[in-house]
Amino acid sequence: MDSRLGSVAVEIIVNGEKRAAVAEPRMLLSDFLRHGLGLTGTHVGCEQGVCGACTVLIDGQPARSCLTFAVQVEGAQVETVEGMAKAGELSDIQQAYRSAHGLQCGFCTPGFLASTQALLQENPDPTDEQIREYLSGNVCRCTGYQGIVAAVRSAADARKASSHGS
Amino acid sequence: MKPAKFDYYRPYSVPEAIEVLSSHPDSKVLAGGQSLIPLMNMRLATPAALVDISRIEGLSGIDTNGGLRLGATTRQSDVLGNAVIQQRWPLITSAVVHVGHPATRARGTFGGSIAHADPAAELSAVMLVLDASFGVQGPAGSRSVSAEGFFLGHYTTELAEDELLVEIKIPDISGWYWGFGEIVRRHGDYALAGVAASLRADEAGLVTDARIALFAVAHRPVRSSAAEARLVGTRLGDPAAADEAGRVALDGVEVADDSFVSATYRREAAASVVKRVVREAATNSRSGTDGQ
Repeated sequence: MDSRLGSVAVEIIVNGEKRAAVAEPRMLLSDFLRHGLGLTGTHVGCEQGVCGACTVLIDGQPARSCLTFAVQVEGAQVETVEGMAKAGELSDIQQAYRSAHGLQCGFCTPGFLASTQALLQENPDPTDEQIREYLSGNVCRCTGYQGIVAAVRSAADARKASSHGS
Repeated sequence: MKPAKFDYYRPYSVPEAIEVLSSHPDSKVLAGGQSLIPLMNMRLATPAALVDISRIEGLSGIDTNGGLRLGATTRQSDVLGNAVIQQRWPLITSAVVHVGHPATRARGTFGGSIAHADPAAELSAVMLVLDASFGVQGPAGSRSVSAEGFFLGHYTTELAEDELLVEIKIPDISGWYWGFGEIVRRHGDYALAGVAASLRADEAGLVTDARIALFAVAHRPVRSSAAEARLVGTRLGDPAAADEAGRVALDGVEVADDSFVSATYRREAAASVVKRVVREAATNSRSGTDGQ
């Protein structure tokens, strides 16, 4: 049995890199990423699992980082918005959100991007209804959801087109 | 807000988990954490120690050989995505769709939802109508508890402080008809009133067995014996019988009010969901597709 009492070093693989910081067991993954590792792209909205702004991928699955303690995911693979753009170039999903006006203030966007990534992984060609259903755990208070659904749709379509073209 | 301090234990076997639960008064079991951590963030729960059972080997898994056996730490998303469960226990699939969102289902466990015993939990009511039994282990050994005897009240179950829910067993439901419905403000929220039903009929189409469970209505999921009694002997799918079942469904049930809705609203909403779910059940047989 392992135990973590008081402040301990916690190691997590974040965006493919081993990262460690000191954390108490009560430190939420959202705070660990932001304050422990300085990865402030993960946003904290409600801190009670309602808004979805803090959504990240844990071992490829979407998860609310405010409903996860950092110690729970020791050794796991965590992907945050910082890992999406490669060499300064937006990922296809990020680009689609930008082009389809899927964001305004951008506070909720990192969570939406993580959920979208998981959705398209699971279902590469979702209907609009499936998109809405899958993203129902992410709340946006300014854009409205039309642009977001359009962004997901266009990312899916672009992937389909490029896989047919190749 | 941030959770209060606690000590964190990660056992790798069930006996280790029970040992640490027994030796730490005020400890709580942590599985997916999707119900417990919000309560801790709001400081409504301040356990001194958490026992993380998510890395205990063999405690998760789906076995569909004969009946259904779910390891307690099986993720809700794995249950939702399981093709055999979709086909043979569609009532479970239909209910899991309503449990939170993809991001909470990917962490939240099936057993966690049951052991947490939120009166608004969909899965608890489904366990009642499927006649599930729960495998429990504690310092004195293991025992089996029926779903009927498990849920005692708000967040309160038959589990002792040092006992662990290890598995859920659900019988085969060939030949049963089923229905599920809830009233909810937004998809994925806690239900304001909900109903799970399973019915069996004889060759003449008359209902021989009826199980109707209400959730988000009382302080625990409850079977409605009044509605069940009205349905037995009626023709499966008879709309008048469904209405009658809805009319009496809340008889003898102590309905709770809360900050969202009054008991009166809840009573009327639950009755209308019973009517709808019983009607729909006639068109959903065990091997049928999801008719929700």
